[in-house]
Amino acid sequence: MSLTLFIAQLLNGLQFGVLLFLLAAGLTLVFGIMSFINLAHGSLYMVGAYAAAVAGAKTGSFAVAVAAALIAGVAVGALLERLAASRLYRRDHLDHVLATFGLVMFFNELARMIWGPQPIFISLPESLSGTVALLGFSYPSYRFLIIATGLAVAMASQWLIRRTRWGMLIRAGSSNPDMVSTLGVNIGLLNAGLFTLGAALAALAGAMAAPILSVQSGMGDGVLITTLVVIVIGGIGSVAGAFCASLLVGVVDTMGRSYLTLLLREVADRDVANAAGPALASMLVYLLMAIVLAWRPQGLFPATGRPS
Amino acid sequence: MTGRGTLPLRAGALVALAAIPLAAMAMGESFYLAFGARVLIYAIAAVGLNIALGFGGMVSLGHALFLGLGMYSVALPAHFGIDSGWIHLALTVASCALAGTLTGWISLRTAGIAFIMITLAFAQMGFFVLVSLKQFGGDDGLAVAAPSNFGRFGLDSPLAVYIAAFAMLLGLLIWTDRLRQSSFGMALRACRQSGRRAASLGIMPRRCLLAAYVLSAVICGIAGLLLANLNAYVSPSTMSWFVSGELIVMVVLGGIGSAFGPAVGALVYLGAEEVLKSMTGHWMAVFGLLIFAMALVGRPAAARLAVDWSRRPRAVGANRRVLSGTTGTAGTERK
Repeated sequence: MSLTLFIAQLLNGLQFGVLLFLLAAGLTLVFGIMSFINLAHGSLYMVGAYAAAVAGAKTGSFAVAVAAALIAGVAVGALLERLAASRLYRRDHLDHVLATFGLVMFFNELARMIWGPQPIFISLPESLSGTVALLGFSYPSYRFLIIATGLAVAMASQWLIRRTRWGMLIRAGSSNPDMVSTLGVNIGLLNAGLFTLGAALAALAGAMAAPILSVQSGMGDGVLITTLVVIVIGGIGSVAGAFCASLLVGVVDTMGRSYLTLLLREVADRDVANAAGPALASMLVYLLMAIVLAWRPQGLFPATGRPS
Repeated sequence: MTGRGTLPLRAGALVALAAIPLAAMAMGESFYLAFGARVLIYAIAAVGLNIALGFGGMVSLGHALFLGLGMYSVALPAHFGIDSGWIHLALTVASCALAGTLTGWISLRTAGIAFIMITLAFAQMGFFVLVSLKQFGGDDGLAVAAPSNFGRFGLDSPLAVYIAAFAMLLGLLIWTDRLRQSSFGMALRACRQSGRRAASLGIMPRRCLLAAYVLSAVICGIAGLLLANLNAYVSPSTMSWFVSGELIVMVVLGGIGSAFGPAVGALVYLGAEEVLKSMTGHWMAVFGLLIFAMALVGRPAAARLAVDWSRRPRAVGANRRVLSGTTGTAGTERK
């Protein structure tokens, strides 16, 4: 295993991690503050990817594709908030699971009705399809763009939550929503804004992932589960925790897939290693989660009890 | 609404279920027999899940794991030429009890949202292990080489599976109805409502909930064993989180926490699925919206359909309020 390959894999892990963070940031805020379980968050990611694919194919511009994804995310997110989430906040978790489970079925089938079961691919503009030379090896510039976007969103959300009035209200709302509304804050509007912001981030993740993955019905389901793992590891409701856990999960998953089989060959029989390696690699993040939880049930960076 | 009136209904439902194989054979429609067997099997799984979800208030989004373990407990030995049903059954019970204890022990360190997520993640773990085991078919699944053979009785035809599932479900329904009112069942329901208060009565909430979780895991595993024999084929897709969601919908549809409700829910769910499938290829869009509407309008409204069937005798005050409730929250007040 050469060093450049190792660094390239590390960057791949980082890139997967920031994509996870885009999904996890919105989901964990909705979780932590409204304590609303939104299984349909993956559908918002899918909506973003399809919107980007359609707009990108029409105009050929990647910027337009991202903008379309954001608009679609905000529109669908606001609609969902209005129709579903706002009515379910105060119900118990089982209702959240049921309602959003139904929505996942609906969105997946809707995508299949409109675009068919075949995956669609979108191509990158020439300016982004090149590579960047770095320390003696080259790495796709588009993946650098994803990493940069993710880091920018992470910094922006940290600023939003720590430094702005809105962020203060979000933090206050997470520990005592009744008190916040008694102070004259429209908590309904706050929740709606938060939900819509989360939806926009999910759609952005979908748009960023669209050129490197295939856009198809059900694409949000798998990544939703990984995002849930991220949130549980990071600590529910904590954006900083979600960020650290995203990078951790992204890197562990990518590295596991590329190196675990090789590592096992060092200690075990070749056939055994070839069989066990991929199996172990695909469950590595879940193992990580189980270990973290057995050690710290609240996650690594729990949000409750102190400003996050 | 209580007691007396429901007995003829229950008896009628049982007679109808028992008559399905006869009718199917008379009409020469083997489809109905297989469909009936599938309903019975999912009913067993739903009744099993209900012990955790309904009695214990544990919203597990990972019970498909145990269904899958049961299925592979048949397929893997059969792959190596072992067709003894007793061995299949022993493997099912052992693997589900072990997996249930391990995952339940970790999951019960948390509650609420985290519990849901963790059970989900454990099921995904099992799913990915089976997907990546290429020598056993990977995500293509594996044909069951030989059906489970219990001495003179082999699960080698849909009819045999139907009979086994019918007997199993019947016993299970009577047993869970008793379980609800046993001291264990009472303790469990106390833990659901308030772990702290239960603890002050000398009940150990976590141990109690874990026992219920393991119990429900094993029952789901046995449903998996039957399902593998019915389909003569197993696939990791049975372990996907989607199936766990379906099981929850079945339990809720029929009436959470009642002994008979989940079985009715399984019938309603699979029946509605078949009807919608025959009407449109995009049945999932319609079905998804129906589930969504049910959750939005309130589960009690949907559960009330089944209440007459499943009416719990001697309901405790708190439960009665929930079932006939106007609040829209049933069951899981576990804080």
